[in-house]
Amino acid sequence: MALDDQKSVFKFVGTRPDRPDGLDKVTGRAKFGADVSAAGMLHGAILRSPHAHARIVKIDASKAQAHPDVKAVVTRADFSDKVPFKPGLAGEFWNVLENVMAGDKALYDGHAVAAVAATSALAARDALKLIEVDYEVLPHVTDVDKAMAADAPVIREGAADYSVPEGLHPNVVRYHESGHGDVEAGFGEADLVVEDSFTTEATHQGYIEPHACLAQLGADGKGELWCTTQGHWIAQKTCAALLGIETAQLRVTASEIGGGFGGKTTVFIEPVALALSRKANRPVKIVMSRSEVFRATGPTSSASMDVKIGMKKDGSITAAQGIFRLQGGAFPGAPGDMTAMCAFAPYNLTNVRQVGYDVMANRPKQAAYRAPGAPMGAFAVESVLDELCNQLGLDPVEVRLKNAAHDGSKASYGPTYDQIGLVKTLEEAKAHPHYAAPLKPGQGRGISCGFWFNHGGETSVSLALSEDGSAQLMVGTPDIGGSRASMALMAAEVLGIPYENIRVTVADTATLGYNDVSHGSRVTYASGLATIKAARHAVERLCARAAAKWGIPEDAVKWEDGCAVPSGPNAGDFDPLPLADITANMGATGGPISGHFEATPEGAGVSFGTHIVDAEVDPETGKTAITRYTVIQDAGKAIHPAYVEGQYQGGAAQGIGWALNEEYIYGEDGRLQNSIFLDYRIPVASDLPMIDTVIVEVPNPGHPFGVRGVGETGIVPPLAAIANAVSNAAGVRMRDLPMSPPRILAALKARDG
Amino acid sequence: MSKLHVSTTVNGDSVEFLCDPRETLLDCLRDKLNLTGAKEGCGTGDCGACSVTVDGRLVCSCLMLGVEADGKDIATVEGMAEGEELHPLQQKFIEYAALQCGICTPGVLVAAKALLEKNPDPTEEEARYWLAGNLCRCTGYDKIIRAVMDTAADMREAS
Ligand code: FES
Ligand code: FES
Repeated sequence: MALDDQKSVFKFVGTRPDRPDGLDKVTGRAKFGADVSAAGMLHGAILRSPHAHARIVKIDASKAQAHPDVKAVVTRADFSDKVPFKPGLAGEFWNVLENVMAGDKALYDGHAVAAVAATSALAARDALKLIEVDYEVLPHVTDVDKAMAADAPVIREGAADYSVPEGLHPNVVRYHESGHGDVEAGFGEADLVVEDSFTTEATHQGYIEPHACLAQLGADGKGELWCTTQGHWIAQKTCAALLGIETAQLRVTASEIGGGFGGKTTVFIEPVALALSRKANRPVKIVMSRSEVFRATGPTSSASMDVKIGMKKDGSITAAQGIFRLQGGAFPGAPGDMTAMCAFAPYNLTNVRQVGYDVMANRPKQAAYRAPGAPMGAFAVESVLDELCNQLGLDPVEVRLKNAAHDGSKASYGPTYDQIGLVKTLEEAKAHPHYAAPLKPGQGRGISCGFWFNHGGETSVSLALSEDGSAQLMVGTPDIGGSRASMALMAAEVLGIPYENIRVTVADTATLGYNDVSHGSRVTYASGLATIKAARHAVERLCARAAAKWGIPEDAVKWEDGCAVPSGPNAGDFDPLPLADITANMGATGGPISGHFEATPEGAGVSFGTHIVDAEVDPETGKTAITRYTVIQDAGKAIHPAYVEGQYQGGAAQGIGWALNEEYIYGEDGRLQNSIFLDYRIPVASDLPMIDTVIVEVPNPGHPFGVRGVGETGIVPPLAAIANAVSNAAGVRMRDLPMSPPRILAALKARDG
Repeated sequence: MSKLHVSTTVNGDSVEFLCDPRETLLDCLRDKLNLTGAKEGCGTGDCGACSVTVDGRLVCSCLMLGVEADGKDIATVEGMAEGEELHPLQQKFIEYAALQCGICTPGVLVAAKALLEKNPDPTEEEARYWLAGNLCRCTGYDKIIRAVMDTAADMREAS
């Protein structure tokens, strides 16, 4: 689409109205995953492996089955045996099945091995103790570097796909290599080359709502599923495959969702609840405990990375190279390819090479977490850049500006950028009062850029007008953070009726066509684009009704401010006809008026951000305080700016947790040591400062209003920006996350020799 | 295990239920009284999503047994609004976009209301420490703290 077709003057878009679901959510009325029940409902509970790696020799559930409160017990045998195993991600349904209920082996601490349905939640929990499992414990590995070593236990033979070169350990299951130019020649041209190694630990998305669902599946193969999910169509498709039923026979309704951040893009308990329901012939509800959430749902990958960058004295980068090893649990899927592709994406480089490894270990199956893979790579790359700036005495923003990718740059991962906003974010950073503010003793400042692709994905939207001129909009992307408001704003903009007259519903799988998951920062972009197009479709039909009424050609009618108006030679011949006047008679003038849009939009438009962070390190305790934080990010066009700011602030806060505190801690026995919020500490209100935001708007040519997704880019820069701030405050380079107090104390001690 | 009979007051209504002595107040509110406004985010007293007041005191209802509620006066998020009239905090949370997913919101609102009843003029730091027991993973707390501070200012002006 040419930019000239893009709308740039708005009446509703860019305002900050109350969200349509606000009242429900402040009164406790909104129904989240665990907030429903059904007549005759049973409660499910899942038995989990206490071992990191063990052969399941025998499961004896006879005692549980004999208990009067227990109505069903399921194991792997109760799921479909027709789901094919394939290498890599080609057999993702099999991978999900294997994760949802273990087959021959338990692959991590917390892996589901059996489940029960009983008459109460307490009875279900008690019944788990009656199931006897014989395990043959096997050697395990949880560290990414150790999992790639020659002597590492093999988690699953045959899991590696075609991309993996000969000679690597079978735990390496996917391989990515890309770049352009000649890095060796580039390093030769540099005045200074810095090469360093970095690690990050796995963190959890940490949504406050645990997974929850209510399932009903009858002997007729027809089912109903209510669950908290980022994508109910993928839940539908996956559950149908795992249970061996037809997709269309399972209707899935998404509850309100209490956070996901990527972690609710797949299924965990849903197929189990359906299997229990099928067996017991009653509805079954399963709600995970927090500890189950930590032990058995998607943390991020952990990473081990080597980065080498060459720079001239004037700050220009001559070459860059990165090797990124990501551990993603006992299944293929760690986004080593994403890490590699994003790592150098902010820079316009002549010589660049990046390699990514997807490595399996005895940990839970990694799941997406906001820009999956990108924050780790940015941490390594932007740390090396900071070190180069320090050693060459250069300003970190100037150096980034000098090397920044711009419109027409060839991206490190291949394509050529269209219109992008990185330079604008850096210029805003340079001009921001934060960047010029003096630092107190003991404080350091850090800068980092970040990149994320953004995503379009399959999308269906339907809009129906009512007789009284109000509109109902059906979208298929669960509302994670105010998307009903932005959809209504976009529809109001096109229809020209008040925002309040539009009711947005997240439709279930039976009432709308397929929709991809709410992920990839795609909701405002793709559901928004579809909403605009569906509304335009309805407008065409409204104009046609007006044309028929006036007896003029359809193309002689245009839509202005909520009214059909005659245009061209007929201009001024008739009074403008408001939407409600047309809909009032629609039954008699041709029937209901609706608009639809179904497509896979491809122009998501990449997004960049720049963060400025001040940190203060207490040399006595090693504790870091974040004293000031500024997020600058390109939104393309902010539809509801308050929720855009919220995405920026939330991403920064999660990044602060990842950088300073959060980590999966495994014992020698391969068991997770910190599976409650007391021990896995996410940032609380008293840990954080206010988080300033600057919304940059460089329109995305691929969206009618210029929108770029904003959900994910915000978590890419924080790890590096905070590490740079801490390193500058402490006078020592921090290479391992999280920068917990003991780590910082050790680094300070090493610095002082 | 035989169940125990509990009579209590919730949001001004007298209610009775039978509960297993192992069930928490949160379980009883949600499963027996159908008051699902209070949420279980952790079950271990670490997230505050289950916040309610008991005889005016802020507690994590996941840490209190249902049987302990006997004879007490419980207030939950469902009782915050007076009929159609939202509590000023509820109004301000919507206006400030102080919720994204909204799962933490009931607990945060109950806790913030308890703060303002105790301290109508909190500093930002006091508000941050008071709400440190309420985890929010979405907002970074910025808009929550602003909404609470601004409500406090409005309520002081009104009184
Ligand atoms: S559920 Fe009670 S504090 Fe988390
Ligand atoms: S708004 Fe989602 S946890 Fe607070």
